[in-house]
Amino acid sequence: MEIILNGISYTTLSENLYGLICEKKLEPSGVIVEMNGRIVRKGRWEEEKISEGDKIEILNFVGGG
Amino acid sequence: MNDILKLGGREFTNRLFTGTGKFRSRSLIPKMLEASRSEMITVALRRVDFDEGSENILEFIPKNVVLLPNTSGARNCDEAVRIARIAREAGMGDFIKIEIITETKYLMPDNEETLKATKILSAEGFTVLPYVLPDLTYSYKLVDAGAAAVMPLGSAIGSNRGIRLKEIIEMIIENIDIPVVVDAGIGRPSQAAEAMEMGADAVLVNTAISIADDPVSMGRAFSMAVEAGRLAYLSRMGEETRTANASSPLTGFLR
Repeated sequence: MEIILNGISYTTLSENLYGLICEKKLEPSGVIVEMNGRIVRKGRWEEEKISEGDKIEILNFVGGG
Repeated sequence: MNDILKLGGREFTNRLFTGTGKFRSRSLIPKMLEASRSEMITVALRRVDFDEGSENILEFIPKNVVLLPNTSGARNCDEAVRIARIAREAGMGDFIKIEIITETKYLMPDNEETLKATKILSAEGFTVLPYVLPDLTYSYKLVDAGAAAVMPLGSAIGSNRGIRLKEIIEMIIENIDIPVVVDAGIGRPSQAAEAMEMGADAVLVNTAISIADDPVSMGRAFSMAVEAGRLAYLSRMGEETRTANASSPLTGFLR
């Protein structure tokens, strides 16, 4: 299914956010997920189903001044 | 001496704020924090680079150090507000450094958009530290908008050119009732000391520490300079004069 991931069109096989994080081989503790403009807490990643066209942002804190 | 800086309900005994940008190895960050005893450090929020994997800089910051997420990357008020809200949702606390930049050559902040974002985020309970081009009128407006401090730049970000906008920063320090933190451009410890001698409440130094050959000892050097400058300010320096004033008695011997 086609979603917009970090601003770019992306085809995912995952049905929920937890699956997407695994699919992208990310360390769950290090990332923040925003789905259609709202933050989804880690505890809810498995329940949060992904639908066609969802806008998902996966963010992290990096070095900066 | 009991000289505490209060900001957003927190008390700081060390007036050097630091940043996490541009360290050649992130493992140097906790060592630098230990050597400098800096109590607040900036971090930035970015999209994960899927080729690199997630980064999580927070693992390198001891729990007793206050996190100051910045809104770097924001080009207007709305983007800065969004970043601030995400940072708070992500458990970063209430401190936020507003940094709104559209100009890319000197990375000058947009004071107008920064003022708007300050108003919105202060009303939402954030401790707002706006990074601004030094301007006394804007500083008054930022105070009215609820800013916790003003953070005028000394010179362009990462330029190491020191306190080039000294006159205006002095005006702000003399007239504004909230803490003034000189942020950006400080390239050497003597410049940090200069800002503190002027009466700045704190300085924020990132690049000058992180790109040094030895960022750990440079962090210590900046911390000592900040402490010296602060102590000099509190001790009230003598006036400058055009001619000499003898420091030894000129009479009573040989004559």
